[in-house]
Amino acid sequence: MITEQELKQLSAKARDIRILTIDAIGFLGVGHIGGAMSLIEILTMLYYRHMKVDPKNPKMRDRDMLVISKGHAGPALYSILADKDFFPKDWLHTLNQGGTRLPSHCDKNLTPGVDMSTGSLGQGISSAIGLALANRLDKINSKVYLIIGDGESNEGQIWEGAMAASQFKLNNLIAFTDYNKMQLDGYIHDVMNIEDINAKWVSFGWFVQRVNGHDMFELDMAIERAKREQYRPSMIIADTIKGKGCFFAERDLSNHNMSFTYEKAQEAISRLK
Amino acid sequence: MAANKEMRSVYTETLIELAEKNNNIVVLEADLMKSQGTVKFMEKFPERTFNIGVAEANMVGIAAGLSALGKIPFAATFGCFAGRRVYDQFFISANYAKLNVKLVGSDPGVAAAYNGGTHMPFEDLGIMRNIPKCTVLEACDQVSLRKLMIKSAEHYGSVYMRLHRKPVEPVYPENEEFELGKGKVLKDGSDITIIANGAIMVHEALAAEALLQKEGIRAAIIDMHTIKPIDKDLIIRYAKKTKALITCENHQVVNGLGSAVAEVLSENIPTLMARLGINDEFGEVGTQEFLQKRFGLTGIAIAEKATELLKRKI
Repeated sequence: MITEQELKQLSAKARDIRILTIDAIGFLGVGHIGGAMSLIEILTMLYYRHMKVDPKNPKMRDRDMLVISKGHAGPALYSILADKDFFPKDWLHTLNQGGTRLPSHCDKNLTPGVDMSTGSLGQGISSAIGLALANRLDKINSKVYLIIGDGESNEGQIWEGAMAASQFKLNNLIAFTDYNKMQLDGYIHDVMNIEDINAKWVSFGWFVQRVNGHDMFELDMAIERAKREQYRPSMIIADTIKGKGCFFAERDLSNHNMSFTYEKAQEAISRLK
Repeated sequence: MAANKEMRSVYTETLIELAEKNNNIVVLEADLMKSQGTVKFMEKFPERTFNIGVAEANMVGIAAGLSALGKIPFAATFGCFAGRRVYDQFFISANYAKLNVKLVGSDPGVAAAYNGGTHMPFEDLGIMRNIPKCTVLEACDQVSLRKLMIKSAEHYGSVYMRLHRKPVEPVYPENEEFELGKGKVLKDGSDITIIANGAIMVHEALAAEALLQKEGIRAAIIDMHTIKPIDKDLIIRYAKKTKALITCENHQVVNGLGSAVAEVLSENIPTLMARLGINDEFGEVGTQEFLQKRFGLTGIAIAEKATELLKRKI
């Protein structure tokens, strides 16, 4: 069981990662702030407590892997990878600049520690299934983590993947839906409703849990239970807030990809400190 | 090799041959195993066979994931789906990610016959040719299919390969060797060069050569099994030698073999040429024989086109 002390440390780490991410996007002046902020606690919990990764050997065969199918959340992951020394922290200020190793959408060939190139929505679930099948074939006992967006869940390929992962009994696949209730054009329920999201994943044969995606304790418990599941792939539906923790972006319907000044970013950061 | 063996049997036998030597070979299908003939592979390697169901996009994405951890996936479906339906998945998850997916599209062009217009890919090679670094292939007989599959498996990088499933007359002797990106001269000639690809058109080009020979025209015949990368040197050599070329493809003349050859010629050695293939039309239903006549994909049509072209040759 996770201790109070550990929870405190993880929350502090999440705050640091949030700060790095706001700083990086703010330095550029524009970016996918909303869907990066909603993922911070999930990513922090994965990389600082659950995932086996080695910054010195990012391609270690038996590492745990992460596919961020909503590839535009790359900047949140880059902050973690920089913090864990997969690459120098000063790379964060090259985000999206010509020639950078940190593009807007995750690229496995450019960024050390990124396991799959994503960005065309819906495709990450299939790639993650392929990774999980390869691990099973090679008798590698590690996990493949997958993060799907709620807007992304409009894509048909998500449900093709949902069917297949269940058919192949991929208990080594642990997915999250970042359910921040907003997509680019508005609220999910106004644009293309994905409810009943719990029932959908249950009916596809997944082990489904529902958590507050910003609550470290709930996230940890859900991941622990998912790791112990013997037959089914896991879906952790995380209720999150788009833009969480970045005061000017939080809950703002225009936060999917927004412009803001570096001064504004610094103001948001000072409010987190 | 038994004469006129089904190409799909060669596909499956070659997969088994590859898989026996290399544990990383895996096969993916989208509910067409019985059509493609890969059931025999599944019987031998059940754990390395993945039937993804009627979900081609998912199949290609899963293949990409498998290849990211060192597997060498051969994923097959009808060419109409391999091209149109899963282009983005093949483009991004496989090629953009620099992974190693061998995507196979069967029943190319008029070979789709009774499945008709919806299932008739006249555009697959063209759109695949637009994917950076992707290798694009079409074998014309059993030996070339086997050898090109072996070369594809050895080559790191995604490949799109058309697969003619039906029996065809053998073109090559068993011991013929192949290289990706290197065309094959089947007949030498000095009056005109006929460049073809795929089972139907290579055989029709050979038939045209026999017809032209009767008219005293010596045609060189080239099997351009790889249209990307295209064999530039061979095209230039035969442009110099015969000063007239015809391309023959079971595909739109736009962006396929004809375009690839025209690009090489116009930039290096502008030469009299003509493209024979599908001219801005959709497919339709019928026997393969009917459709070949309907769309002008016959030895006679090639010979006529060659004769016409030669009238313009100075």
